[in-house]
Amino acid sequence: MTDTPFRIGFLPLVDAALPILARELGFAEAEGIDLSLVRDMSWATVNDRLLYGHSDAAHMLAPLAIATTLGLGRPATPISVPFVLGLNGNAITLRPDLAAQVTTVGVPGDVAAIGARLAEVARASERRLRFGVVHRYSSHDYMLRYWLIGCGIDPDRDVEIVTVAPPFAADALAGGDVDGICVGEPWNSVSVDRGVGVIVAMTSQIWLRGVEKVLAMRTERMEDSDTVFRVIRALYRAGEAFVDPERLEDIATILARADYLDGSADLIARAISDRILFAQGHEAVHVPDFMFQHREAANFPWVSQAAWLYAQMRIAGHVPADDRDYLAAQRVFRPDIYRAALRPLGVPLPGASSKLEGGISDRIGVGTTQGRLILGPDRFFDARRFDPDALDAYIASSMIG
Amino acid sequence: MRIAIVDESPARAAVIEEGLRDAGLTDITVFAERKGIAARLEALSPDVVLINLANPHRDELEELFALSRAMARPVAMFVDQSDSAGIEAAIDAGVSAYVVDGMKKERIRPVLELAIRRFRAYSRLRAELDEARGALAERNTIDEAKRLLMTKRGIDEPAAYAALRKAAMDSGRRIGEVADAIVTADRLMGDL
Repeated sequence: MTDTPFRIGFLPLVDAALPILARELGFAEAEGIDLSLVRDMSWATVNDRLLYGHSDAAHMLAPLAIATTLGLGRPATPISVPFVLGLNGNAITLRPDLAAQVTTVGVPGDVAAIGARLAEVARASERRLRFGVVHRYSSHDYMLRYWLIGCGIDPDRDVEIVTVAPPFAADALAGGDVDGICVGEPWNSVSVDRGVGVIVAMTSQIWLRGVEKVLAMRTERMEDSDTVFRVIRALYRAGEAFVDPERLEDIATILARADYLDGSADLIARAISDRILFAQGHEAVHVPDFMFQHREAANFPWVSQAAWLYAQMRIAGHVPADDRDYLAAQRVFRPDIYRAALRPLGVPLPGASSKLEGGISDRIGVGTTQGRLILGPDRFFDARRFDPDALDAYIASSMIG
Repeated sequence: MRIAIVDESPARAAVIEEGLRDAGLTDITVFAERKGIAARLEALSPDVVLINLANPHRDELEELFALSRAMARPVAMFVDQSDSAGIEAAIDAGVSAYVVDGMKKERIRPVLELAIRRFRAYSRLRAELDEARGALAERNTIDEAKRLLMTKRGIDEPAAYAALRKAAMDSGRRIGEVADAIVTADRLMGDL
């Protein structure tokens, strides 16, 4: 029998690792999938290829999958997410002189205190501070907004947020086009290495278990469930390999290749192993769970994660209030497909599909349909919790002034 | 119909512009420089914006369309949504278009089809040019390898070429590859 061809579109970022490794380490082949990867330079093009059938699936920003389903910027097309490609892995980097005003340069700090100082600087500044995020509908945008609001900064009035493509983020900092960026690796580290930026916060400090990239597919493409299941199993195995410290060097070398990230294997290895160089001339610091992968069923698409993202889209004014939209947004995440695909592997499968986000403060065992599963803390920096069943109250209490 | 072409390659933009002009579309502005594009697009307020798919700044440009008053509710599209063959052709050719919402399909279609044809024509030209350049570079390498063999082994040109050809056949490589290996080795070894 010949292998089933399957194409996944991606952007050159460290968190495109699982599809790349599924191919390069032979997990796709073992499942009878002839996996090919299509690299692009913008999310718009990754999305267009997915929507118009040039790719079968895409490495995609979780909120963009929801935005596309709701018809923001594209004709509405139902998208499904059967697998999360990873949690967090992004950071906030400021120009060095601004960083020096808000943090102890070179080491991680308390992001609430850093944000409070940033609020003072922003208020005293003659012009609005400008932040670059990788996309309007990105976790970067919503995580930055969540942090700013939590520190008393109105993301639309007190500062300005614009879109900057990741490969140009360091240039934008260097050229003074932006005062700060919220971007994935290796682009923060590139800014630090060039001396044009200082990392002041990890998104994992804002939300310890923040959903990041996902595997997105057109919902109609999911009908061929056997192929989808095999792809998900290959990605799951790739996740297992990703967290194996023995394989760190090999994995960084593969990802650094010219046809994938075309970048520095050293910087990539630093991101994968959670070692962060906050500023030039300092030592790298280990930030546990900076880039969270595989453990604690991290790839499980919790419906409450989609609900949280929709809530942030509402707060940002990107979508009007609409109960049907809220339902459609939650339906993008497909825990049912995840469970069906991974049941044969005997791996732990959460019993619930939704949880109280930010509700876990100590390691806790959770109900499963199979296996034993312990979830670690998933706190937000401001200790708030998100209950998907109380959307309106959450939004009302998130508005500034 | 007012058309904007956003392309960092002035050569490609010129090929597309020429094609559109030949078809009687004359209200065309080319944006090759990204700096200040927001204000300039807003002042122009185009009906259609054409951008190559590989442009790394598409996400920024889309945000700009969504936020500014440059276009009234722009929709990213490839021909019209029901025309899957047209969409396929556009993606293959590498062109994306943003069209003011509500513009009639009949008016848009010929513009996009033309843009796709011109994009293709440009890619073909590019490929032919690359091929020609590659062939020229290979010939230079072969000449250099021959010269090296002639001086170092004291043989004449036909003998040097025969030696190259034999090595290529024996190792299952192209003559150009063998020549490249010789030139590289010579550079590494220096006067040894």
